[in-house]
Amino acid sequence: ILSATVDAAADTQGTSAPETVVPSSVPQPKDDFQEELVIRPLHSGDIYASFQFRTLWDTDFMRENKVSHYRLFPKSLGQVISKFSVRELHISFTQGYWRTMQWGQPFIPSPPGAELWVWFQDSVTDVDATWKELTNVLSGIFCASLNFIDSTNTVQPSASFKPLGIGNVTDHSFLRYATLPREIVCTENLTPWKKLLPCGSKAGLAVLLKSEKLFHSSFHSQAVHIRSVCQDWQCKTTSWELRQTVNSVFDLHNSGQAKREWSLFKMFSRTLTEACPLASSSKLYIDITDNPQQFELSPATSLLSQAVVLGDRRTFSVYDLTQETTFGSVRSLNLLIRWKSNEGEMLRPLLHAERYVAGYGLQTGEIHTLMYNNHPYRSFPVLLLDSVPWYLRLYIHTLSVTSKGKDNKPSYIHYEPSKDRVKPHLLEMLIQLPPNSVTEVTVQFERALLKWTEYPPDPNHGFYVGSSVISSLVPSTVAMDTNSTRERPLFSSFFPCKEESSYFVRIYTEPLLVNLPTPDFSMPYNVICLTCTVVAVGYGSLYNLLTRSFQIEEPNPGLAKRIANVIRKMRGVPPL
Amino acid sequence: MAAPLTLLLIVAVTIRAALFRSSLAELIAERVEVVSPITAWKRVVEGLALLDLGVSPYSGDVFHETPLIIYMFHFLVDYAEITFMVSLNKNIILKHFVVEFRKQKFALEADRYPMDSLELIRSPKEMYYIPLKVAMFYLLNPFTILSCVAKSTCGLNNAVLALFFLSTIKGNVLLSAIFLCLATYQSIYPITLCAPAMLYFMQRQYIPVNFRRVSFWWFIVQYLFMYLGSLFVLICLSFFLLGSWDYLPSVYGFILSVPDLTPNIGLFWYFFAEMFEHFRLFFLCVFQINVFFYTIPLSIKLKEHPVFLMFMQLAVISIFKSYPTVGDVALYLAFLPVWSHLHRFLRNIFLVSCVLLACSVLFPVLWHLWIYAGSANSNFYYAITLLFNVAQILLVSDYFYAFLRREHHLTNGLYLKRKDGSEATLILK
Repeated sequence: ILSATVDAAADTQGTSAPETVVPSSVPQPKDDFQEELVIRPLHSGDIYASFQFRTLWDTDFMRENKVSHYRLFPKSLGQVISKFSVRELHISFTQGYWRTMQWGQPFIPSPPGAELWVWFQDSVTDVDATWKELTNVLSGIFCASLNFIDSTNTVQPSASFKPLGIGNVTDHSFLRYATLPREIVCTENLTPWKKLLPCGSKAGLAVLLKSEKLFHSSFHSQAVHIRSVCQDWQCKTTSWELRQTVNSVFDLHNSGQAKREWSLFKMFSRTLTEACPLASSSKLYIDITDNPQQFELSPATSLLSQAVVLGDRRTFSVYDLTQETTFGSVRSLNLLIRWKSNEGEMLRPLLHAERYVAGYGLQTGEIHTLMYNNHPYRSFPVLLLDSVPWYLRLYIHTLSVTSKGKDNKPSYIHYEPSKDRVKPHLLEMLIQLPPNSVTEVTVQFERALLKWTEYPPDPNHGFYVGSSVISSLVPSTVAMDTNSTRERPLFSSFFPCKEESSYFVRIYTEPLLVNLPTPDFSMPYNVICLTCTVVAVGYGSLYNLLTRSFQIEEPNPGLAKRIANVIRKMRGVPPL
Repeated sequence: MAAPLTLLLIVAVTIRAALFRSSLAELIAERVEVVSPITAWKRVVEGLALLDLGVSPYSGDVFHETPLIIYMFHFLVDYAEITFMVSLNKNIILKHFVVEFRKQKFALEADRYPMDSLELIRSPKEMYYIPLKVAMFYLLNPFTILSCVAKSTCGLNNAVLALFFLSTIKGNVLLSAIFLCLATYQSIYPITLCAPAMLYFMQRQYIPVNFRRVSFWWFIVQYLFMYLGSLFVLICLSFFLLGSWDYLPSVYGFILSVPDLTPNIGLFWYFFAEMFEHFRLFFLCVFQINVFFYTIPLSIKLKEHPVFLMFMQLAVISIFKSYPTVGDVALYLAFLPVWSHLHRFLRNIFLVSCVLLACSVLFPVLWHLWIYAGSANSNFYYAITLLFNVAQILLVSDYFYAFLRREHHLTNGLYLKRKDGSEATLILK
């Protein structure tokens, strides 16, 4: 399965041979397109559907004579790669928050809102200017407001987000990471995304991507990942890989299902009629590991496949859409999944995180991040990345990390304080999570009063703080079997590590919504006048005292006397 | 004299120690009236923590103290409370001396004035209790207590200013220049105190204040040389302490350009929160010039009375600076007993004291309503700010009026008569 290769450790090269059908001795075509859909019923009754569309192309975008003949690879993205010297690009648009405790781990994690992280090639001289242009171009390609990405929400992580493709990890100054938690995903973003596919939304699995059903789900995430991969195990040449993924979780109750019965038509309001003609492989996988007795699948299939994904050995029923027989006599494939019973325990996810804001009032607050390690006896380190906007002034001396009530000092802390209106806070820590424990990270902050023009149109809605990113190599469930030394020969069972011993996982916490104190927006003129009046009162009093001197006051004669004096003066007679 | 002063000191230290140990200390340390982004203790601790993490404290926007303060507290951070109390006590002793020396001046003036205004001159007996009153006004002033308990570095600034006053009054030109330079290094505004210091020395050394005299210019050059020399030394020392010039925009750029709009008791924050972007630079310049602007006119008017000039300058700085706190207000309020002989000429003292008291009580109430209860908005707090500043301005101008009027009576007699023999009224014309 393609997903098994993505979540392996970052320095894996090439693809570990999955136990599925494609033999590696067939010479790869110059460009290749594969599509797959994995459907996994979840314990809460929801259905998780994960689409992946992969295009591989053995070309070199970085050479001088520009690539001009695009076939399967979308031209807009190819031009972006060559113009901005991109080594890796990952962009995702998500609506909803992935509930790890109810749904397990996703194949491809993503935070709510929009997230973009890019590794640039070493040849780029001014990374910040290139980043700014790149975000504007991508904002046009995906019809999203990525132009709001600027220096106030971009960070350069120093340890997280290592490249997922091949290549030497060099300077982190070529990495940029930004997230827009407030970004909303809608049909306007799905349409250009679908246009990047070779078959568009006309054939193959992409016909199922209908926006009225997709955006009616509990969770919807669409992403584009571009990176370089090796062509063969010797890795003498590389090819560019473009993966477009859609992860959706359909809610049982939301779609008005009375009984627990899913079908492709009910989920997507379409059925599959043919594979994409340009695809070399087009498959549909249904996860039947958990409960083979608990539901029935029709039409039945004999193809089975097993893979270790996310540290767990899963069994899948496979439907190969390139075969005519899959579609049967009606020439359309409408899978039906009928639940029979309700038991079964979901495997608890080993790593899970939550985040919330504590405190009251608009002056101060505290950010609490809780990380749960559910492994019974193994502890593992996690890398926590926190990017907090500048208007929440963090006080790093109040940072405290406690596990099981005791202080747990991180072994690596990288902190970049924010500069007002220029860059956000960046906090990266490597924390060891003890087994079966909760680790709490707290840090206090102070809320700033901004200039009245810096508030968004609805200032009392609050300001979003992007999700924290927790990256870790988690010991896998498959390797949790401590009894395994019984059946194996002694020469292979001394060290507890074996292959598939740990898998890479990235978790995103909830984004935060924080209120800031607001000035009165209707009062700029009044405030200017009143304050200037007070300053003028000061100036006036001191001016009076400085420029005038004391004199004895002569009383003013009455009106009659004054007129008489005037007449007397005219007559030349001394006044009264 | 020593016994009541010692008793007062003990009482003051007890109050502060009791408050330090109670839970109120944390509450007070967070109050925006007592601490500002420049003087907050929390930020000093944050700067030290950043230094420990290996990051320059000036790379962020949280820390705005000078490098000397970092290094001082690097060693003294565990003894912070004691440091503040010591600086406080030093303050008192210095003010005590200041007043002692004022007495001499009054004695000199006694024989210059007409007979009936002699009652305006204070006898040494009256002046005996002034140092105690000054000490009481400073030590038992709730503003000072709050400022000390909050461990605001305003207390240190006040101590340096008090040392400056002491060395000026005692006649030590070099020390006066050095302490003034230290005070300027901490916050830029004390530079305006150069003028009264120079005028005082010139008066003491019998140099006439005349633009055509060489001795006048020569003295100014000497003083400025000492002042600027020590300032240069301090700036270079700070550069070598941290190895970079980062602190200049972080400390002085911050004070002058007011990027942080945290509410305080001053006029700047709401004004610049509601300012149209186009005019921001213009009004920033206007407000900053406003602080320095009164130096020359006041010096010309009060060239015979440099000590009162120092008081006026101090008051102007405390009211119009960019991030005032109650500690700054307490500093010039402590000098009021020195001019207790002006009380008969003050016109608004009742109104001003009522307004000041009412505002001091209303500040925390309206802050709570805005920030915690959510039932008021920022305008309420801003209104009290305006009122507080108007009251302070009235107070200062009232004392100035009283001073000028006393001078007028000293030269022209106390009971003035009009041409027809009836009692005269004096007006400003």
